Amino acid sequence: MGKTVETVVVLTKGIKPKKQRYQLGRRISFLCALLVIVLTLSIVVFITSKGLSTFLINNVSLKEFLFSTEWFPDRTLEEGGPRVGALTFIFGSVAVSMLAVLISAPLSFITAIFMVEIAPGWGQRLLQPCIELLSGIPSVVYGYIGLSVLVPFIREYLGGLGFSLLAGVMVLSVMIIPTIVSVSVDSLRSLPSHLKEAAYALGSTRWQTIRLILIPAAKTGLFTGVILGLARAFGEALAVQMVIGNTKQIPQSLLDQLTTLTSGITMDMGYTVVGSLWNNTLWSMATILLLMSFFFILLIRIIAKRGANC
Amino acid sequence: MRAQTADRIATGFFYAGAGVVVLILAGLIGYILYHGASSIDWAFITSPPGGLAAGGGIGPQIFNSFYLLFLTMFITIPIGLLAGIYLAEFAKPGKVTEAIRLSIETLTSLPSIVVGLFGLLIFVNYTGWGYTLMSGALALTVINLPMMVRISEEAIRNVPMELREGSLALGATQWQTICKVVLPSAFLSIMTGIIITSGRVFGEAAALLFTAGMSSPPLNFTNLDITSPASPWNPFRPAETLAVHIWKVNSESLIPDVRRVADGSAAILILVVLFFNISARWLGRRIHNKLTGQ
Repeated sequence: MGKTVETVVVLTKGIKPKKQRYQLGRRISFLCALLVIVLTLSIVVFITSKGLSTFLINNVSLKEFLFSTEWFPDRTLEEGGPRVGALTFIFGSVAVSMLAVLISAPLSFITAIFMVEIAPGWGQRLLQPCIELLSGIPSVVYGYIGLSVLVPFIREYLGGLGFSLLAGVMVLSVMIIPTIVSVSVDSLRSLPSHLKEAAYALGSTRWQTIRLILIPAAKTGLFTGVILGLARAFGEALAVQMVIGNTKQIPQSLLDQLTTLTSGITMDMGYTVVGSLWNNTLWSMATILLLMSFFFILLIRIIAKRGANC
Repeated sequence: MRAQTADRIATGFFYAGAGVVVLILAGLIGYILYHGASSIDWAFITSPPGGLAAGGGIGPQIFNSFYLLFLTMFITIPIGLLAGIYLAEFAKPGKVTEAIRLSIETLTSLPSIVVGLFGLLIFVNYTGWGYTLMSGALALTVINLPMMVRISEEAIRNVPMELREGSLALGATQWQTICKVVLPSAFLSIMTGIIITSGRVFGEAAALLFTAGMSSPPLNFTNLDITSPASPWNPFRPAETLAVHIWKVNSESLIPDVRRVADGSAAILILVVLFFNISARWLGRRIHNKLTGQ
């Protein structure tokens, strides 16, 4: 009797820790994966709840915040009271990132097609590390080069102060090349080879094949690359802030100074009092950035779904 | 125009486009290294910044960057690895898995300044720590975690099924198989991923402005007491990293030799990133050789 109990104890001792360890490992790894969800949710909840206080506590109307360019966050009541129209910031962000994509997308497509179709051997071996290095260069370094090369160049040869929409666009358009190129390369490479072979067999030249077959077939991936690039440009803070001059105005030309949502936050977050109207509006700007990145994700998902259907 | 002529012109365009990209990269790196070379010497990389006077160095900033990288990786690697193991080995298709993937995608696409603000709210204000290395490391963890999870998941998935089956057939439990068979074979790929993300962490600045802060206290490198505010090893002290330093000297510094300090700092930053990049490539090639049996 005593012996059987002992045996049972020994047996369970032998088996249990293994099983327990399995269960424990499984649970811990599950918790770590859950942490990702918790982090995402808390970022959304905390940033938006701070961002909403502009509207809920300071009673600023959403319309004023989004569509007015009057930005006097610290004006006293005698002078007419504070105004927090953030349109200049929003417009700046949209303008600088859209223009950057406009320059960067064609160049990136050309590079991607070069890597996949024109010179898949040496071109690939040369450009792959180049693209990786470009994406590895820290954004402050981009900003610094913009500040020490582009800004003086623009001031010297094109006029104005040098700090300008143009400088911001140039810096961003280089920064987002790696994003667009790598997504485009992936989508071009995943095309079935019979598409290309059929086109060549029908007597198409390489350019005709690329233009009429490969680009339309890889459309979904190319779009996704552009949107990811746009998202990166929209959210970039320091590189842009260093070269655009940060004047709160709607730029009338490429040589005008401007400001963006990210640079507004960077400049003023450290100098405003927590809980003040000015500080709250900065959180509202961060909420816009957050909503925009949701919008971009949604857009990518819609495009992917459409691409899968047709 | 004949199709052949159009083809030739187009080919020319493709060469030109690719050439432009290579030239841009060569120009950027050449410019930084050329200008940096004249400002870097031993005193520059070891001495503290000069305050208002010229001739200061960036010693503490370099140290802070590496220490912050270490702290961030110390937190990110275990969590990211375990989450990757979950997604690759245990996760079943369903709402929870879908939510995890959506969260990873969301975190990846968040602008780093937004993560920095989240860090300011939680790791700086809510915890009451103020600007500290630890707050910075936690904010960087938020940025780095999604990448780390993806890398580990992919590396673990790429381990051949036969290895797992062999181990299970020998009577190992699934967890033993993961720890003793799957992880060791995925080790090199995970390592490569870690090095690549390290480069990103090292150069990050926007998320650190309001978490690790824009200043460092005077540091005494002989002080090993990690609770002392003057000890470089204290994780609860404010710390300005190299990337933040470049931004700060350019936007609000009063030192007369801004150019020299910024050139030197940018060159060091690029050199470290290059080093990370090259070692990741070297490791990647080793993996390739190992897999193809060369």
